[in-house]
Amino acid sequence: MLTLEHVAQAYGRQAILRDISFHLEAGQIGCLLGPSGCGKTTALRLVAGFEALQAGRILLGGEAVGVPGVHLPPERRRVGLMFQDYALFPHLDVAANIAFGLGSLERAERRRRVEEMLRLVDLAPVARRYPHQLSGGQQQRVALARALAPRPRLLLLDEAFSNLDVELREKLTLEVRDILKHEGMTALLVTHDQREAFAMADVVGVLHDGVIQQWAAPYDIYHRPRNRFIAGFIGQGVLLPGMLDGDGRVAIELGVLRGVAGDVDRPAREGAVEVLIRPDDIQHDVASPLRAVVEQKIFHGADFIYRLRLPSGSQVLAQVSSHHNHAVGEQIGIRLDVDHVVAFSRQEI
Amino acid sequence: MTARSWPAWAAALPIAAVTAVPVAVVAASLLAPDAEIWSHLWQHVLPELLVNTFWLVLGVGVGVTLLGVSLAWLTAACEYPGRRFFAWALLLPLALPAYITAFVWLGLFDFTGTVPTWLRETWGVAWHPPIRSRGGVILVMTLALYPYVFLTASAAFRGQGGRMLEAAQTLGLSRVAAFFRVALPIARPGIMAGLLLALMETLADFGTVAVFNYDTFTTAIYKTWFSLFSLQAASQLASILVLFVFVAVLLESQLRARTSFAASPRGEVAMGRIRLTGWRAGLAAGWSALVFAVAFVLPVWQIGVWAADVFARDFDSRYLVFVSRTLLLAALGTALVVAAALLLAYAQRLRPTLAMRAVARLATLGYALPGAVLAVGIFIPVAWLDNRLVEWLAVLGRDGGQVLGGTLLVMLLAYCARFLAVGYGPVDAGLARVSRALDEVAQSLGAVAGRRLLRVHLPLLRAGLLTAAALVFVDIMKELPITLMTRPFGWDTLAVRVFEMTSEGEWQRAALPAAAIVLAGLLPVMLLIRSREHAHA
Repeated sequence: MLTLEHVAQAYGRQAILRDISFHLEAGQIGCLLGPSGCGKTTALRLVAGFEALQAGRILLGGEAVGVPGVHLPPERRRVGLMFQDYALFPHLDVAANIAFGLGSLERAERRRRVEEMLRLVDLAPVARRYPHQLSGGQQQRVALARALAPRPRLLLLDEAFSNLDVELREKLTLEVRDILKHEGMTALLVTHDQREAFAMADVVGVLHDGVIQQWAAPYDIYHRPRNRFIAGFIGQGVLLPGMLDGDGRVAIELGVLRGVAGDVDRPAREGAVEVLIRPDDIQHDVASPLRAVVEQKIFHGADFIYRLRLPSGSQVLAQVSSHHNHAVGEQIGIRLDVDHVVAFSRQEI
Repeated sequence: MTARSWPAWAAALPIAAVTAVPVAVVAASLLAPDAEIWSHLWQHVLPELLVNTFWLVLGVGVGVTLLGVSLAWLTAACEYPGRRFFAWALLLPLALPAYITAFVWLGLFDFTGTVPTWLRETWGVAWHPPIRSRGGVILVMTLALYPYVFLTASAAFRGQGGRMLEAAQTLGLSRVAAFFRVALPIARPGIMAGLLLALMETLADFGTVAVFNYDTFTTAIYKTWFSLFSLQAASQLASILVLFVFVAVLLESQLRARTSFAASPRGEVAMGRIRLTGWRAGLAAGWSALVFAVAFVLPVWQIGVWAADVFARDFDSRYLVFVSRTLLLAALGTALVVAAALLLAYAQRLRPTLAMRAVARLATLGYALPGAVLAVGIFIPVAWLDNRLVEWLAVLGRDGGQVLGGTLLVMLLAYCARFLAVGYGPVDAGLARVSRALDEVAQSLGAVAGRRLLRVHLPLLRAGLLTAAALVFVDIMKELPITLMTRPFGWDTLAVRVFEMTSEGEWQRAALPAAAIVLAGLLPVMLLIRSREHAHA
């Protein structure tokens, strides 16, 4: 449905996007995830048509909407957009906001569609209210209904959940995902929040330095990060030095890991590597001969995240059930429980 | 009232009375009309006044809206050659009081004016535009007052940010359609607020309509009082004008309450400017340049030329007397107004109750009252007091005569009522920025209210007080009807001199005092422009 081919964009001399390519199938929800300033909003605005493309191609349903020199204006792209601040029209009530993009429909048809959308986002009782009379969550649902009402080919969401508090955010992320799936809508989300990305999207592209570092399902982004940047940006974890041998075994301070052979994450060369160790790769085991000293602990309710110092001085994080409450400075037993190994050549440093 | 609250009330109530008493006096004459005067007014005066006022308000209203909104949209939302310059330069006409623009236009285009004379002598064309007409008054007032709408509409367009227009575009609207369906409706409260300010100025205007001999309520009040010597009839007329003004004030405060919705939500995004090219850019630049030239460059240039012509003859000791009188009056008035504003704002801070806020609102309502109305409303009670004083003095065996009337006191009180709001705004805003924690710290260190004001607030308020003083000073310098109607004998100011010269059609000789007023008037406009740029930086 949406295809970007070698898209590049610069402001003056500063390159914002270097080479962006990806493809979204109809009905798929994609996400561009990256730290602020990575160019994700620029990518979104290029797709929406607010900026003229400098290099590459943007195709919507097979139609080239953006090629250098050819620019289909936003109002003719049939791309819906949900803004971070919702941008609801303050002078129109909820129903009129939703009806705004339905100008081409006949009156009866328009009313039918507005009612349908009000039901979809569960806002029928507040149809005559004005935006400032609504809660944050309600405003967001109006924005969604308004964007979906004209049946766009694609829905763009620009940090659409970041104005909500954490609890509401989680609830609405799932709600919006359900609605989009129900409508079979193709959508592209842009966010810096990985939890939001993982909860919403079928496929995530991590954007950094103007390039998509990895385009994969959320599970793979977390468990099979393709490079150091992604390993550091997604989730928690540390890199420990190790040695890779010809049989695909990696020796690190905590033991020997297998399963690198045949893995996509396998570095090109044998020798010195660094291995990604996530907090859930380390188990607390009273009986284990491996010992580490608690340097710092963070209580999360159901579990602790312990920062542990190994005998060599390296540090690792461990996620431990909150039944095991240890004091800072205490020595505790740990063991490795690694499902698959992510290792990078040390030369990459 | 508790022991601690009486000083606040003792400061606030007399200040409010200065505005409330004249309003009450004028309103009372509406409630108790004199049948004879009323029927005379109704038969001979009112029909013409009502028709004239109706057309003036309608014409100026349409005019300032067209100019103000179109220029605000171009400079706030578009990009074209010269835009950055016009964004502030189009505010400069605020420095020209309408009565000055008015006489310059008459001097330029009337039969004996610069342009028709040149046409006759150079081309033999005996034609002059019908400037001395209803259309002429409307045109001149529009050129003088459009900056109010320009100012508020620019703020309203900018405040929306670019999101609303982008949202409308993703929903299938072109930018032109988005302007009419989104940007304009959202900016409407702001536009209306500016429009109402301009219309209040229109209703209050005295000098312009006097120069054009276009009778409205203000000139009728003046003539009734000073030609027919009927203060009563004048106050009847004033009461009708007050009625109109209060409708405008009411509408304005309603709108102000609603403008809040136009404020853009957090995460404001600057509006992506629409880049105009080709003939569109030419049209935008041409329109901005035309308005700027006609509303500012042309009058200023003409004043300069005339002032230079008569400089050698008129720049004499008499002129310096006008200047020194004007400066003295403005200084006295400013000191009084700023002191009153400070007391009122401080009383509010000590007693931030609903009742006190109502008193402050009442006290600052005078900005809406036409000077002609205030002059009448203050003169009547002062004359009454005078009569009582004369009676008491007679009882004591002394000879009275006028004690208060005809002194500076009447004039200064009228200035205070009229311009308190001008001074109160910056002082109150400055005080609001001083954290209440500082009051509490000072109090815990043993400082009483008076000491806190002197040692804590005044030093922190310096910028606000200076702004207030500058604005009030220039407003008093420009003020015409109050000065004209209540000045003691011999107290002619520059504005009065302009009025007298223009009444006699001596355009050139009016230019020298006008030049001084315009130069002073540029100061607050510069302040305004600078604070606007700060706000956008």
